[in-house]
Amino acid sequence: MNARTPVPVALCVAALSALGGCQTTKPYDYTNFRAHPPRSILILPPLNESTALEGTYGYLSTVTLPVAEHGYYVFPVEVVDRFLKENGMPTAGEMHQVPLNRVAEITGADAVLFVTLEQYGSKYRVLNSTAIVKVRVKLVDTRTQTLLWEGRSEAEQSSSGSGNLLADLIAAAIVQAVNSKTDPAHKVSRLANAKLFAAGNAGLPYGPYSPQYNKEP
Amino acid sequence: MKWLIWLVATTAAVAGCATPRTLYTWGNYEELIYASYVTPDKLPPESQVEILEKDYQQSRATNKRMPPGWHAHLGYLYYQLGKPDEARRELSTEKAEFPESAVFMDRLLANVHKP
Repeated sequence: MNARTPVPVALCVAALSALGGCQTTKPYDYTNFRAHPPRSILILPPLNESTALEGTYGYLSTVTLPVAEHGYYVFPVEVVDRFLKENGMPTAGEMHQVPLNRVAEITGADAVLFVTLEQYGSKYRVLNSTAIVKVRVKLVDTRTQTLLWEGRSEAEQSSSGSGNLLADLIAAAIVQAVNSKTDPAHKVSRLANAKLFAAGNAGLPYGPYSPQYNKEP
Repeated sequence: MKWLIWLVATTAAVAGCATPRTLYTWGNYEELIYASYVTPDKLPPESQVEILEKDYQQSRATNKRMPPGWHAHLGYLYYQLGKPDEARRELSTEKAEFPESAVFMDRLLANVHKP
């Protein structure tokens, strides 16, 4: 590999996190995943266990990119959210209760990604503040209700700038025309997601639109 | 020597990150979703459509297609603006680009056809 080789963002993140910590993760058992490999993933608004109301959409608006770049068809998250609201499901809690066969019938989705936002927001200290995001996710097959994959991730970034390299690399893929200055956890969500889906031998396997499809995750 | 090879490989990987290659042109898609929920008053559907259409022009220049859901999202905005022809065009494009969306797009298209 030389420096000019195009390297997917995910791989970079994996390389960087390897540099950062040499953490050993237990390899994930992909038996169920391989039995029902999805092409399309419907991502519901997260169940928000944090105290920050803005976390629901602050997070939801960061999760399409990593899953789509992983090679999956991702349903339009805002359209899905508004469609479900118009059809009698005003909250994420109610959306998470919809029977999966009904989801398959309405949208044709192969799998649903259920996200729980455990923490979202900023911790303020004397000299700086730290934005932190913690999530756990479950990917479930809509036809058999089998759990295909699950993961947990957390990321934090201090206002004094540690960890900026990683965040900037991810941000480089996105235009920042609409600013999100008042909500640093929104940016940190991207960091948490990058670690979550590209978590080496415990991450989400690549989907059909990825050049790495059918290679090990 | 093993550590040296490792170091070189990782450095190369990190250096490669300077120009992230993506499958799709993302433009403002996700940040618009964020803004439409957080500051809906500042960003009416008209402005969102304008920004998305600009992103689309850029994607044609770079020859990298729009991400999954993007055309459906734009179609939905056109629908909200009372422009059924544009809405149908975008929803159909989504279906053509990503056949996985067919069931959902047909459902939305059926709504657009209603007066």
